[in-house]
Amino acid sequence: MIDLLLHYASGLLLLLGCFFMLTGAVGVLRFPDFYSRMHAAGVTDTLATFLIISGLMLTAGWSLALFKLALIMLFIFFTSPTASHALARSAQLSDLRLAQVSAEENLDEALQAQSSTAQDSELSTEAEITDGTRA
Amino acid sequence: MLNATLIALLVVMSLALIRAVLGPTIHDRILAVNMFGTKTVLLIAVICFTFGKPEFLDIALVYALINFVSVIGVLRYFEFRNEVKEQEAARD
Repeated sequence: MIDLLLHYASGLLLLLGCFFMLTGAVGVLRFPDFYSRMHAAGVTDTLATFLIISGLMLTAGWSLALFKLALIMLFIFFTSPTASHALARSAQLSDLRLAQVSAEENLDEALQAQSSTAQDSELSTEAEITDGTRA
Repeated sequence: MLNATLIALLVVMSLALIRAVLGPTIHDRILAVNMFGTKTVLLIAVICFTFGKPEFLDIALVYALINFVSVIGVLRYFEFRNEVKEQEAARD
């Protein structure tokens, strides 16, 4: 009974891992620019690794293989986000920008969007407060 | 299910290779190669269960270490490339 349950649980984890892995690969292949590609790869890499290695751990049972799988998972948990961060930093430092948009324009747009949303939220909170006093 | 995971891993690795060949910038290529390396670690781990050879897990562990170090090394190499170019231009 327990064996059957473990078998199905590991199959489910492996299936989920395959799904996330394929999603990330399609994202890396199809997304239009470097930073969105990095988002697709970086997010799915860690999760898919976690799911697949968990599935393998359930298959392995209590043994040395379980310990080694745990070591691999721990190591990938530390290195995968670090590699993503280093990649983004390197791209930023070597002046890789999004196509047809300069850094200054980006910053200006971001600041304008921020100030306008801040004003909107202030207005909305004021409206809520006045509504509250009326109610 | 292990065999299906093996096939999915091979498909993902071929997609990453396509991106590494197409990749317009060097960073796209490094991203694809990093992904390829992570998937190779998983592939070795899955192979060790399909073929029933638990000693292959050591290879997967060492591969994970080497993959990380190589990606960081290549990134350090390309990180300050533009600064070097600018310095050379200023010197000339």
